[in-house]
Amino acid sequence: MAETVASDVTLLSDAKVGSTGVVEHIDLPEDVCHYLAHLGFLPGTKVEILRSAPAGDPRVYRIDGVEVGLRRDTAQHIYLRLTPNGAAR
Amino acid sequence: MSCHAPVQDPVEPTAAEAKIAGKNGASGQKLKTVALIGPPNCGKSTLFNRLTGLRQKVANYPGVTVEHHSGKMKSIGRADLTLIDLPGIYSLATYSEDARVAVEVLTGRMPGVPRPDCVLLVLDATHMNRQLMLAAPVFSIGLPTLVLLNMSDQLAARGGSIDTLALAKELGHPVALISASQGKGLDVIPDFLLRAGPKFDSGLRPVQLPVLQSAASCRSWATQVTSRTKYEQPAAALWTRRLDAVLLHRYFGPIIFLLVVLGVFQVVFMSGQPLSDWMTEVLTRAGTHAALLLPDNWLRLMLRDGLWNGVQAVIVFLPQILLLFLFIGILEDSGYLARAALIADRVMRAIGLNGKAFIPLLSAYACAVPAIMATRTIENKRERIATILVAPFMTCSARLPIYTLMIAAFIPNMHFLGGAIGLRALVMLGLYALGFLAAMITAKLLNSKVMKASAAPFILELPQYRWPTPQGLALRLYDRGKLFVKKAGTIILACTFVVWVLSVLPAHLLLHQVGPDRVTFSDLASSYIGHLGHFIEPVLSPLGFNWKIGIGLLSSIIAREVIVGTLGTLYGVDPATHAQTLHAALRHDMTLGGAIALVVFFAFAMQCTSTLAVVRRETNSWKLPALQFAYMTVVAYVAALVTNQVITRLF
Repeated sequence: MAETVASDVTLLSDAKVGSTGVVEHIDLPEDVCHYLAHLGFLPGTKVEILRSAPAGDPRVYRIDGVEVGLRRDTAQHIYLRLTPNGAAR
Repeated sequence: MSCHAPVQDPVEPTAAEAKIAGKNGASGQKLKTVALIGPPNCGKSTLFNRLTGLRQKVANYPGVTVEHHSGKMKSIGRADLTLIDLPGIYSLATYSEDARVAVEVLTGRMPGVPRPDCVLLVLDATHMNRQLMLAAPVFSIGLPTLVLLNMSDQLAARGGSIDTLALAKELGHPVALISASQGKGLDVIPDFLLRAGPKFDSGLRPVQLPVLQSAASCRSWATQVTSRTKYEQPAAALWTRRLDAVLLHRYFGPIIFLLVVLGVFQVVFMSGQPLSDWMTEVLTRAGTHAALLLPDNWLRLMLRDGLWNGVQAVIVFLPQILLLFLFIGILEDSGYLARAALIADRVMRAIGLNGKAFIPLLSAYACAVPAIMATRTIENKRERIATILVAPFMTCSARLPIYTLMIAAFIPNMHFLGGAIGLRALVMLGLYALGFLAAMITAKLLNSKVMKASAAPFILELPQYRWPTPQGLALRLYDRGKLFVKKAGTIILACTFVVWVLSVLPAHLLLHQVGPDRVTFSDLASSYIGHLGHFIEPVLSPLGFNWKIGIGLLSSIIAREVIVGTLGTLYGVDPATHAQTLHAALRHDMTLGGAIALVVFFAFAMQCTSTLAVVRRETNSWKLPALQFAYMTVVAYVAALVTNQVITRLF
């Protein structure tokens, strides 16, 4: 549980549009976690930060071939291990 | 619980299957009820409509179906079977009202709904990894299940592939690839149902399901299954990406959003109005001709002046209503609605509403009743109540007739920007904005007073864009048109009839001859309705409403459109305005201030018994509908009062 946040682990909300990463862990209430899990947000799943809504928030993430819109206040509780740029694909 | 043996012995049935086979075999009980289950927006209702020939609402966003609906499977020749369409679910754990309905029906715990005998599990074939997660809990219920992988057309078009045979072996349940929207591959369903009949034998055998059915274990199970069966995930929909790059663009996105909204009003009003005028002319002429066939006595008066005028005044708005629904249909079916929710989320958040409230609130533009039903998708109870409270402020299509009538009668037909934008469309847009503002302010008040800001997150799945099909749109319009005409022929007809009767009674006073072949009623003011109208007039005259408008308002408590019917009848009966069109009669009888005050009143007031009834049903108490009615009426009265006083002073 006591995780030392490695340098390449970032918050989903902080990852740049266009980057990809793998979900590390999610720090949200159980019911929200449950819902997110069924949309694909589970540790080990690849996420791509697709675009942000015109107002900058919410942003659209592509996970498992599905596009999901999340507000910043949800995304900032999801930890992501960024995939190095070249190996994104 | 679900401690199944791994795939192995092809003969030994599982406990669950043995139970079903035993039950069916022993009592000779036949297959009767089939349940349709699947994740949200995977096409269950589209399939339901295909199999039953019914027309449940379908659209391209998650959470369209929030109730269970039953229908006989007539389209595949199995009228003996009942198919139940259910709201979409992600798992059997339920956090929202619509999911609770689905799970209770599926597990036979919903009172009044028979326990399903077998299950059609619909999954979207374009992202199986995720969709398969639902299969494990559904299989563990133990009912014979046919797995239908929907959207085969999408899968093929985008280069994905799936081995259904391998998947069937892996899952232990029959699997078929279908396209519900194109009606392809559906012949497997009757075959399956025949075999699932008296003695179920799928020819397939049990499999290993995840023991602990948590999201994570279901997920890794699903991933294993798809990788073992060589599932090729289709490429991302290129067009969806390209379109989103524009439609969700920082600057173009909101501009396009506004243009879409403005364009809808412009078209509904500009092309709708001539059509309405044309219908008025045709219907008036038809009424006059038909009236000549009747004897010139009270019967003719009743039918033409009383009923025809009233019903006709409402029916002429059919073209506008249909145009409005055409646009709503295109927005919903294409998948733009979910993007609009994304764009609008910032505003929704500012007033403390969940982004999920956006879709119910948008559908309130058609009608508040389905909108209030659609709030079932909001998990948080307090946010759900808040959304129910503000939904009736959104401008529903029942307000369109009175808005259009008053605007056409009082607002000059001016154009700006070289004819691109009309003054009338702008006034109409203003009325819609007014309702929206009232909803926002109410939500804000509720948020600070009643509810603390909640932590419920905004999580929205964006569906792929799809072309709205002409058939789909045509069916929507047909259903909508039928509903509208039916309403005109029942509620509105009944109301105008009552108004007419009250306007000619007491008869001995009023019926008198005018010349040798004209019978007419005089002095509407001394009829029962005249007395009633004059009785309430003092309350309404500060708003600029005369007594006829007052009667219209009273009658419109039943439904908003009724006021137009009532006014049609009252002005039709009144000898002073008998020969005029309703527009001319109104212009004659009202000031500009009163006319604008009337539409403002309608923007805010809760005149809809159906909405009150559905709020009472969804909240299980009369408290909320009573509060809503009182609040909205007070707001409407004050706003109309201010409007009339200001406009009267200014002009």
